[in-house]
Amino acid sequence: MHTVRTRTARTLAPLTALALTAALAGCASDAEAGADDAGTEQAEQGMQADALSVTDPWVKAVDEGMTAAFGTLVNDSDTDVVVTSAQTDVAGMVELHEVVTDDSGSMTMQEKDGGFVVPAGGEHELAPGGDHVMLMDITGPIEPGVDVSVTLVTEDGSELEVTAPARSFSGAQEEYDPESEMDEMDHEDMDHSDHEEDSDS
Amino acid sequence: MSADDERDVRPATSSGSSRRSFLRGGAAALGGAALALGGRSAWDAAQAAEAPPAPPADADGQATVPFRGPRQAGVDTPPQSFAAFVALDLADGVDRDALIRLMGIWTDDVDRLAAGRAGLTDTEPELAQVPARLTVTLGYGPAVFTAAGLEDRRPSWLRPLPAFEVDRLEDRWNDGDLILQVCADDEVTVSHAVRLLVKEARTFTTVRWVQRGFRRAPGTTKPGTTMRNLMGQVDGTRNVDTGVDPDLVWHTDATGGWLAGGTSMVVRRIAMNLDTWDELDRAGREQAVGRRLADGSPLTGTAEHDEPDLEAKGPNGLDVINPIAHIRRARTENAAERFLRRGYNYDDAPGPGELSASGLVFVTFQADVDRQFVPVQRQLDEADLLNIWTTPIGSAVFAVPPGAHDGEYLGQALFEA
Repeated sequence: MHTVRTRTARTLAPLTALALTAALAGCASDAEAGADDAGTEQAEQGMQADALSVTDPWVKAVDEGMTAAFGTLVNDSDTDVVVTSAQTDVAGMVELHEVVTDDSGSMTMQEKDGGFVVPAGGEHELAPGGDHVMLMDITGPIEPGVDVSVTLVTEDGSELEVTAPARSFSGAQEEYDPESEMDEMDHEDMDHSDHEEDSDS
Repeated sequence: MSADDERDVRPATSSGSSRRSFLRGGAAALGGAALALGGRSAWDAAQAAEAPPAPPADADGQATVPFRGPRQAGVDTPPQSFAAFVALDLADGVDRDALIRLMGIWTDDVDRLAAGRAGLTDTEPELAQVPARLTVTLGYGPAVFTAAGLEDRRPSWLRPLPAFEVDRLEDRWNDGDLILQVCADDEVTVSHAVRLLVKEARTFTTVRWVQRGFRRAPGTTKPGTTMRNLMGQVDGTRNVDTGVDPDLVWHTDATGGWLAGGTSMVVRRIAMNLDTWDELDRAGREQAVGRRLADGSPLTGTAEHDEPDLEAKGPNGLDVINPIAHIRRARTENAAERFLRRGYNYDDAPGPGELSASGLVFVTFQADVDRQFVPVQRQLDEADLLNIWTTPIGSAVFAVPPGAHDGEYLGQALFEA
C-alpha cells in the first residue's frame, strides 16, 4: 500500500531525526550536515519520528485561507508515538485538529488535546471529516499537483518530513470553531475554489 | 428467479453431480474397500480429488493489467468489454508546469486504480476494489504542445484528419486537447475511474466530449473472439498483431524521439443507419462487407481468418467479393498501410422520431496517422458499400506518449526531454 512518495517519507524519516539529533547537540540545523556525521547517534536511542511514517499523504489544494493535510500515520515501533505539532512553510499557523459534534449537532473542528497518538505497531488516520493537520494563513495558492512539505513533530521533539501532494477536493468543509484570538477566520470556508457550501453559519 | 429458486438450484447441481461421479468413478476405482471404509475420510478424499480448480467467483473483477512499463496499457491489451473515451480541453493559462502537475496527478491515480487501489483522494474507495483489467490510456491533442511551448516536438500528423466526402462531422464529437481512454471489464469501474480522473483535473481541464462504448460482456464469448458491431458483422478480423508487427503501432528509439514507446490514436464516431440496414437481406449485407455474417469468413473462404481471394469470379463471371465491398476497399497494396483497430459499439438514446442512435466508436492506433490511416480512409471515402449505411460524425487525433516506468509520470519524456 505504500506509494513512492511514502517511501520518500520513510527514507526521510531517519535523516530528519538525525538532523534534529545533530541540532540538539549544537550543530547547525542543516539536514545535510546532520546526516553526514550522525552514524553513531543513530543507535543512541529510538527517536519517535524514526518509527513514524505516513502512507498516502495529501493536502487539499486551495487558493487562499486555510486547508488541511491528510494521510495515515503508521508507527512501526512497539511504543506509542505522539505527534504533538506540525510545521510547514506554506502556512502561517499549523494545528492538529479533530472534528467533533458540537452542542447544536453540527460538526466542527477544534484543536486536538494531546496531539495524535499513533499506537504501537498501529496506525492513526488523518482524513476529511476526522483528525487532520490544519494549515491556516496559507502564504499563497496551493495548486493541485504541487508537493507540499509538512514536518510532523513528535512528543520527544523528533521530526518527520512528509511530502504531501496537493489535490483538488470538494470535501473537508468542516467549520472551524474559532478560538477567541482567531476572529479573522470566523466561518471562513476552507475551499475558495468552490462556492458557498457553508453548512450552518 | 427468486432467491429461493436460486438456492434450490445451485447446491443440487454441484453436490448432486459430484455425488453421482463419486458413486460412479470413486466407488468403482476403490472397489468395496471404499465403501467399507466409508465415513467422511473416503468421501472427503473423493471430493478433493474431483473438485475442479475453479477460479474464485470474482476472478474477472480482480484481474489487473500492469500500468507501469515502457508503453501505455490499453493499446495492445486485449480489449476489455467497456470503454469511455473522455476528451478534455485545457483551461486558459495551463502551461508546461501545470501540465507536468496534471500528469503527476493522473499518473498516481492510474497507478492506484489499475491495481485495484483507491485513488489518493478517492471519496468512493470501495468502487476501486474491482479493477476488472482497468486500463487508462492518455493521449495529447495539438494544444498540449502549444501550451507547453513544445511545438517543435509535435508530430507532423497530429492535427485533424483531412476532410472526407463521407464525413458529416458534428463539432460536439470532434478534436480535444487531451484524451483519456478508460477501459475495463466492468462499467462501474469505468465510471468510477472517469469520475476520479476528471474531477482531479478540474482546475486544468474541462470535459469536451465523452463517448462510451461496449463489446460483449466478460465470460459471454470465448477469449479471442472478434467483436461484432451492432450491424451484426464480425468486425476487426484482419487486425494488426503488435507481436508480429510492432512497428506498425509503436514508435521506437530510432523513429520516435520522445515518442519512443508511444503511438497515435484516432477516434472516429461512426453512426450506423440501422433503419436502412434493416431493409437489406442477408446476402446483400454480406456483399457490402465481403464476409459472411455467420462466422466472418470471406465470401471466398470457409473460416474467419482465411485470406480473401479478391480475384475469384462467380459462375456469372462477376467478382465474388464485390468491387466496392468493404474488405476490398479497406486494403491497399502497401502492407505498411495498416493499423490496430480497437473500437467499441455505442447505443445512445435516440433523438425525437428515431428508433435508435447506434454506431461504432472507431478507434485505431498506428505509428503514423498520415502514412497508415489516411491512405486507407481516402480509399474508403472514394468507394465502399458500407458508406451507404455508415456516417462518420466525429473525428479526433491524439499522440499517445510512452508508458511511465516506476517513479516516472506519463509524458515525462515529452516535457523533460
